[in-house]
Amino acid sequence: MSRQRHVVAAIDEVGPGTSKRVNVAGRDIALFNVGGEFFALANKCPHESGPLCQGKIIGLAVADEPGKYRIERDGEFVKCSWHGWEFDIRTGQSWCDPATVRVRAYDTAVENGETLVRGPYVAETFPVAIEQNYVVVEI
Amino acid sequence: MTLAAPDTLARSGASSGAASPRTSVFGSPAIDCDLHIAVPSIKALMPYLDAYWRQQFVTRGIDRLSWNLTSDPPGAPISGRPDWRPATGKPGTSLPLLREKALDGFGVELAIANCIYGGAALHSEDMASVVCSAMNDWIAKEWLDAEPRLRASIVVPMNNPELAAQEIERCASDNRFAQVSMLVAQGEPLGKRRHWPIYAAAEKHGLPVCLHAGSLYHHPMTTNGYGSYFLEDYVAQAFAFESAVLSLVSEGVFAKYPALKIVFAESGVTWLPAALWRFNKTWRGVRAEIPWVKRPPMDIVRDNIRLTLQPFDEPDGAGRLERFCEQMKSDRMVLFSSDFPHWHYEGTDALPISPKSGLARRILYDNPRETFPRLGLRELAR
Amino acid sequence: MSTDILERPPQQRAAPLHTRLKVVDCDIHPTAASADELLPFLSERWRDYMKTYGGFYRQPLSDTLSHPRMAPDVARADAWPPGGKPPGSDLAFMQTQHLDANNIEHGMLMPLNRGPGNQRNLEFGAALAGAVNDWQLAHWVDRDTRLHASIVVTQEHPPFAIAEIEKRAGDRRFSQIMLPPKSLEPQGRRRYWPIYEAAVAHNLPLALHVGGINGYPATASGWPSYYIEEQHTNVQGMQSLITSMVIEGVFEQFPTLKVVLVEGGVAWVPALKWRMDKHWKRLKSEAPHLKRPPSEYIHDHIWLTTQPLDEPDADMDLAEAFEQVGVDRVMFSTDYPHWDGDEPSFVVGKLKIGEEKLRRILRDNARELYGFK
Repeated sequence: MSRQRHVVAAIDEVGPGTSKRVNVAGRDIALFNVGGEFFALANKCPHESGPLCQGKIIGLAVADEPGKYRIERDGEFVKCSWHGWEFDIRTGQSWCDPATVRVRAYDTAVENGETLVRGPYVAETFPVAIEQNYVVVEI
Repeated sequence: MTLAAPDTLARSGASSGAASPRTSVFGSPAIDCDLHIAVPSIKALMPYLDAYWRQQFVTRGIDRLSWNLTSDPPGAPISGRPDWRPATGKPGTSLPLLREKALDGFGVELAIANCIYGGAALHSEDMASVVCSAMNDWIAKEWLDAEPRLRASIVVPMNNPELAAQEIERCASDNRFAQVSMLVAQGEPLGKRRHWPIYAAAEKHGLPVCLHAGSLYHHPMTTNGYGSYFLEDYVAQAFAFESAVLSLVSEGVFAKYPALKIVFAESGVTWLPAALWRFNKTWRGVRAEIPWVKRPPMDIVRDNIRLTLQPFDEPDGAGRLERFCEQMKSDRMVLFSSDFPHWHYEGTDALPISPKSGLARRILYDNPRETFPRLGLRELAR
Repeated sequence: MSTDILERPPQQRAAPLHTRLKVVDCDIHPTAASADELLPFLSERWRDYMKTYGGFYRQPLSDTLSHPRMAPDVARADAWPPGGKPPGSDLAFMQTQHLDANNIEHGMLMPLNRGPGNQRNLEFGAALAGAVNDWQLAHWVDRDTRLHASIVVTQEHPPFAIAEIEKRAGDRRFSQIMLPPKSLEPQGRRRYWPIYEAAVAHNLPLALHVGGINGYPATASGWPSYYIEEQHTNVQGMQSLITSMVIEGVFEQFPTLKVVLVEGGVAWVPALKWRMDKHWKRLKSEAPHLKRPPSEYIHDHIWLTTQPLDEPDADMDLAEAFEQVGVDRVMFSTDYPHWDGDEPSFVVGKLKIGEEKLRRILRDNARELYGFK
């Protein structure tokens, strides 16, 4: 088991409803804050490789019948910056073809600086303050 | 792809009461899902009009007009095969010829007639409506009463969906009407909500809605206006069908009426897979605009749209029918049609695959039976 | 777990041809940073007209299309240059994001600015066409020699169009003539033949990029409700265009005319060929000027561009469609910076026709057509 936990951002760098592009161990990752929960997806759409970190964070448009529109799970989906495919930020699953099209999702956690200092974390160049909370991505 | 499954339908022999269905020239039973009967002249409909309209037609000289459709010119080679044209009059006006060439000629169990006529295209909604009613009564009396193998399509005034729905209700009690029929190019896209009364009535009575090649010419056949040649407009019929696919699915007709079947008649067939590749692709990115479309459009089309076989647009022997089924992942979509008396092939060479194949059996008989539930009804109400 | 497969970019599945090959992109959209950017290229009269009246079109909305698009400025969200200028308006950004990154050897400009060909005021349309042509040179072609201008004309008054063609034809910075596929009559009608005569005389291909405004509804049954339908009518528009040009006899009259259809896709072409051939056989007495089956005119005279690349479930269906069209007649395009574009890596990964044919599509067909070395 060679997975490692990487400190990627202080939590106030990624406000609720926003995303941030981070590089973790050579991987391009889009970090999302959904109502205070953090999720990490590969920053690459499985369709044509469009960058997801620049996609709009949206709710899911649904309708029980024609003409009756509403939004569900607002802020929990990202729309690819190119062709607009929608992905569930929590799982990386696509809405249009959830069984076969998904973007790689990584486990995340929020840890406080005090814990981080005790390790084991990969944060060689990441300044950590004891009183701050950080997003950790496991790769 | 689902290959020809064994026929699980009851073999009631439809209305004939026979123990098993008639065997066609293809070696298995067949149902012809698009052949044509034609109104010889308006005079034929006069007995079916009330006093007001008879007076209107006579005093205005309307009874002397042809009302042929621009999109269906009776003299064009495509409109009547030389050996399928009557000695006098328009193609499709002779019952003996239809019996000999189409019903006996192919040996079909049943045939669903479409009557494509200008009366339904009139701008006057009331006049179009009474002409459609007259046509339906004329079809029942002059054709269906005379030939038990015939079934027919309910003709409706396309410019007024409420009146069209009323006409469907009026005719639906006669089980010999197997579907509703309209032209594919109309005043507004087929999926628009104004048309929904038609779909509601059709679904209620187990009537598929046939969209047949042809135009009301509220708009030109192409988005660039009018070309010089009928051939251009005829080719462009397929583009109108493509637009109908987009409209019916995008507007949510099948979300609202999931049991409804739409039958494309004389659409050409082979253009559909590529159109749906594109539609699926676009839907993946912009589906939030039409959130009631919850599945890829191709899946919806596979369930709800059927296509009659002739004219089948392919080079001879190119194997496109098999490829169509593979690409659509379905052998349930195509319905055998002779398109009598139109001229697309010679003899009885209407089947572009081996008649011995399981696919042929599906197209000739099983698919029509599954698409038109009323064909199995033996009780004939009047 | 399927994630690993799907995450892998296409270039790792196929030979990364696009990384070894210079590519010709047949559809790049340059945008004016603002409407004012065109003003210096207009005479005082038309500057005043543009500032006072703007454009004048056959549609309800005066400043935008009546089916709102699905992305701001129809652009991919990462194509906005720093500083807030619109996508496609900043050459340096376009160079970094697209021309350099995608190894573009030649890029064909498809300026859509305010649709000169669809202006109801024909004189303004002609003036605007001239301005767009000068602007392409000053802002783009003269600053990056990879880029090639298109001669924008107003086709509804052929003498104006021909004057513009004559003015530009000797200038090698222009590589083709650009017409909107939405014209007031089908493109095969004789009113447009003088334009085709000029194109042939100067050996310039015609490029027709989807879109335009001509007042006719997008379908034979009128205006559709939704963008998803209206966008698809780009396909039927291209089908209509081919049908008209072939059946009206344009290619009998102008046997050296070459036509490029931009952004219409590809996979629909085989079925159209089959349909036209089949019904021409039955109805040929109506069009005796046609000496050959329509499919032969299509192959000899029509070039197609890849984007938006058709996406059947099975890649083999796409390859089959391209083979049926003829891989010598398809040219790569990105549609940069628009949201529905395709990069070379995607086409290389998706189109399984072998490296030799891919090379033709990515580069050689366009080189030959436009006379690039």
